[in-house]
Amino acid sequence: MNASTITIDILRYRPEMDEKPFTQSYQVPYTADLSILESLQYIKDHLDSTVSFRWSCRMAICGSCGMMVNGVPKLGCKAFLRDYYPKKVTLAPLANFPIERDLVVVMDDFIDKLESVKPYLIPEKEKDLSEGAYQQTPLQMEKFKQFSMCINCGLCYAACPQYALDKKFTGPAALALLARYNRDSRDNGEAERMKIVNQEEGVWGCTFVGYCSVVCPKDVDPAAAIQLLKVESSKDYLIGMFKPD
Amino acid sequence: MTKRKPYEQPLPMDWWLKNAFYTKYMIREGSSILITLYSLTLAWGVFRLSQGEAAFDAWMAALQNPFSIILHLIALALALYHTITWFSLAPKAMALWIKGKRLQDKVIIAGHYCVFVAVTIFCLIIITL
Repeated sequence: MNASTITIDILRYRPEMDEKPFTQSYQVPYTADLSILESLQYIKDHLDSTVSFRWSCRMAICGSCGMMVNGVPKLGCKAFLRDYYPKKVTLAPLANFPIERDLVVVMDDFIDKLESVKPYLIPEKEKDLSEGAYQQTPLQMEKFKQFSMCINCGLCYAACPQYALDKKFTGPAALALLARYNRDSRDNGEAERMKIVNQEEGVWGCTFVGYCSVVCPKDVDPAAAIQLLKVESSKDYLIGMFKPD
Repeated sequence: MTKRKPYEQPLPMDWWLKNAFYTKYMIREGSSILITLYSLTLAWGVFRLSQGEAAFDAWMAALQNPFSIILHLIALALALYHTITWFSLAPKAMALWIKGKRLQDKVIIAGHYCVFVAVTIFCLIIITL
């Protein structure tokens, strides 16, 4: 092997001709500053134009280029060849999602779950526009800010064995998003959202593997969001025993 | 007609052996099996105690068995492993805010160890007195 190239194995799947995925190898010129995403772009531009993958911003904001890099969920734009060279890099579509084509996965279930947690402010009383904005202190914002940094890349779902075993589980990102709104001082929708939280498919589907928080590229820490929601759910249950409503 | 044919990725039986993080998680969860065995042995001892001194002594003698000692050593190792890994996760389940700042993780972990040591000493005092 040439000293200045690196081998990249890609799990290919072409729905119109393949029954199941197969691995294809490519040789890419190695430079220390090349990201995985850029190496994929090199492959598409110079070696094989049929390779499909999603990308947009190239700077860990859009959340499009999530994939398995040597079995670990990562953003292609935030992982670099230098961390693997001279060993080869194995790329596969995000685990736990159906493969649409090559590195592109079907994210419909993930999007449905994000939508299912009522991810919008539910104020106690609708204000007229002329009354101005809903205000908040920096401390009140600090209580949920971390959970609002999610870019919906889906890495945490690829890292979650509970989601792999039971697709009904609401999952890390959606529950972190739910926590983000429940913790917002301008929101009054907690009672509605606790119905989602309290279910078996809600927080109790989580067994605290904790890998979601390790792979999160934005340090959202969904595992913490879920454990804190478990505390809230338990309180909700205890209060419900004495004060049913 | 659509050419779509999404491929469902199968979950291999050994998924938890392919990543050290998952393996450590499974050991943490699996420790419950040995800890259950330990609890049952202990409960059996309490039951034997209710049957009189001879029965309790026989139970004590059975504990001297090398097999029993090995079982208890494994249970102890796994219990310690569970404790250490669980304490390191504890800050995730606690959001304590003091004067507008979230309490640091290491403070929460240290607090757990302090309580652990205090309870252990308290139990040892009760047992030895």
